[in-house]
Amino acid sequence: MSVIIPYIDKPNPVTGVTNAKLGIWLFLASEVMLFGALFSTLIILRSSATDWPAHGSDVLNVPLATLNTVFLITSSVTIVLSWASLKMKNLMKFKLHMGLTVLLSFGFLIIKYFEYSSKFHHEHYPSTSTFYAVYFTMTGLHGLHVIGGIITNLYLMGPGSKMWKTEPERFTGRIECAGLYWHFVDLVWIFLFPALYLL
Amino acid sequence: MSQDTHNHSHGHDHSHSVGHELPFWRKYIFSTDHKVIGLQYGITAVFFLLFGFGLMLLMRWQLAFPKQAIPLIGKLFTEDGVLSPELYNQFGAMHGTIMVFLGVVPLGVGAFGNYLLPLQVGAQDMAFPKLNLLSYWVYFIGGVIMLASFFSPNGAAASGWTSYPPLSVVADNGQTFWLIGMVFLITSSLLGSVNTIVTAIQLRVKGLSFMRWPVLVWAQVVTAFLLLLAFPPLEAAGVLQLMDRLAGTSFFLPSGLVVSGEALKVSGGGNPILWQHLFWFLAHPEVYVLILPAVGIVGEIIAVNTKKPLYGYKTLIYSIIFLGFMSFIVWAHHMFMTGMGVTMSTFFQATTMIISVPSIIILTTYLLTLWGSSIRYTVPMLFAIAFLPMFAIGGLTGLPLGLTASDIHLHDTYYVIGHFHYVVAPGSLFALMAGVYHWYPKITGRFMSDTLGKIHFWLSVVAINGVFMPMFFMGMAGVSRRLYDQTIYAHGAAAQPLNVFMSYCAWALAVAQLPFLYNMATSWKWGKKIESNNPWGGTTLEWATASPPPHENFTTPVEVFRGPYEYSSNKKPLPQFVQEA
Repeated sequence: MSVIIPYIDKPNPVTGVTNAKLGIWLFLASEVMLFGALFSTLIILRSSATDWPAHGSDVLNVPLATLNTVFLITSSVTIVLSWASLKMKNLMKFKLHMGLTVLLSFGFLIIKYFEYSSKFHHEHYPSTSTFYAVYFTMTGLHGLHVIGGIITNLYLMGPGSKMWKTEPERFTGRIECAGLYWHFVDLVWIFLFPALYLL
Repeated sequence: MSQDTHNHSHGHDHSHSVGHELPFWRKYIFSTDHKVIGLQYGITAVFFLLFGFGLMLLMRWQLAFPKQAIPLIGKLFTEDGVLSPELYNQFGAMHGTIMVFLGVVPLGVGAFGNYLLPLQVGAQDMAFPKLNLLSYWVYFIGGVIMLASFFSPNGAAASGWTSYPPLSVVADNGQTFWLIGMVFLITSSLLGSVNTIVTAIQLRVKGLSFMRWPVLVWAQVVTAFLLLLAFPPLEAAGVLQLMDRLAGTSFFLPSGLVVSGEALKVSGGGNPILWQHLFWFLAHPEVYVLILPAVGIVGEIIAVNTKKPLYGYKTLIYSIIFLGFMSFIVWAHHMFMTGMGVTMSTFFQATTMIISVPSIIILTTYLLTLWGSSIRYTVPMLFAIAFLPMFAIGGLTGLPLGLTASDIHLHDTYYVIGHFHYVVAPGSLFALMAGVYHWYPKITGRFMSDTLGKIHFWLSVVAINGVFMPMFFMGMAGVSRRLYDQTIYAHGAAAQPLNVFMSYCAWALAVAQLPFLYNMATSWKWGKKIESNNPWGGTTLEWATASPPPHENFTTPVEVFRGPYEYSSNKKPLPQFVQEA
């Protein structure tokens, strides 16, 4: 006898979702609280500061960050296309779109690397001022989430895609969950961009 | 629903495989079976509870007999055998941290939640067994980091379990261990709570609607939501404090800070109160994380041993949900003395008064269940009954702390310690002990000794009140809570006899736990065997299967036909899983 866990590939008829989908939504709820606490930190520190040390629009590279925003939004589109390709039973197209997603996310990280190194070059560190502390901590934590997403997506594109042959529905569900997570990472950036670079 | 399950079982095999074919380390060390993981959580948590208790037993020597060498074992800690102020601070900080994050929560949520929740909803395992395995080991690593901090050059964290900056930021390296350990413990809780909620909602068997969930399942689900949503802000705060310590940022360091007569070389501009907000945003819901599994356990035991439905089951459930919701908006009542302003204080005072209402409703439903019933005084029932007045004392003594005017006097005194220990020690821990006695036959197929259990109960209930009751008087006499030696103050010296009494009671309490530990260890092999799979006449799903349950929990399909606690007019149990009336 072996243990059977239902609703791994098909949704529970009562709740209308699979286990993984409910799980990823709950996980994202906790992530909202994590970044919510960091945004609150920014708001509290900035609103209580008599003299806010720096403004992002003066000291940060807005054109590069805009390009990064385009990269992430595009990658959110491509990950949906990769999921749609699976729905249309086309594994090759899935791999193509997932590959694009990963490329775009690497592009994001490379630009981030140039941004960071230019800051370090000008001797702007987290310890320089509260502004840079917030900037490095929040973009750093967001960057870790991007790296986590890249690892997941690479796995699903490569060795993880073997599941397509044995359990196509479950695999499609996994891509959907990866996509939900990726949208969240994208969304955090969409809040970070104005909060740090524009205001 | 059953059709779907049926198809599924033929379609694929996602399951982790059979118990007896696995090697030892897969079966007992890195198992994905929720029952094994539950026991791992339980055993680890009991170890940490004893360790944290041990720290306090040493501190109680210093409190009772200041600056006298600890007899016999004192030389292990310091050269002259006297507990130094540095060690006292470390022990205090680690006592709180270990008891809360490594002891009570893992026992209530990790152990009881893991073991019982899948059984009570009729599932064969948790929804994500591998994630469950990961949760335990991440918790374990967090615990190891916390213990390892004692061996770091300057010892463990010494800034209290609350780790208030700026002191915690300028403190020694132990604090860094503490923060990294906390990140592991928080991650473990997050994984575990996702698993709990998904299991309870998705894997319910046919007929188990939400309002047929046993109260323990409800309590675990609300607890999981609290952990899921309240812990991440502390994780964020932990990351910020790590940045302050390691990267030289000033999130929690104000400008112009002077340490040991020298201006601190940081950018400044931070806000130490910010940490308190982020910390208590977790740590107040955490109080309900400590108490809710206990409330669930007590409900189960009272229903079984009074052979009555729980009075006002729906009211009870709505109270638990409301309590969970309210627990998110009371946190700043820990901060009345930070000067945050009258408007804020008034708001949090009001919400604090409101949250006492569902707590009282929960207690009242249990009391009314007892009323007019023929109680079966088993050992778990004794602990469950004792829980009610103990939790009530803990809760009611909290009201003066929640009112801004009286809090000015009582803030940061022994009164506060008395208050929350009544909630957590004779409250939560008594309920958890009740749970151990109650479900021991389920887990092992054998009873724990009744005689030893009664000795354990009566000694504990007397000793524990001897420890915590005097704290209220000492607090009202104005003795501050973290003092190393209160006799240097006149008002502290006057209250010192109470300290000596409390210390003797604490050591007696330690002795009272010996029969419990002996009982737990030996009954596993030599306890009286149970005659049926349902020795207490329980009505919930965990009693629908063999005791101990097989690897896949239920060998025949189960279905639920009625609410969790129903009894016929002659007090015969009508289990959820039996169709005929």
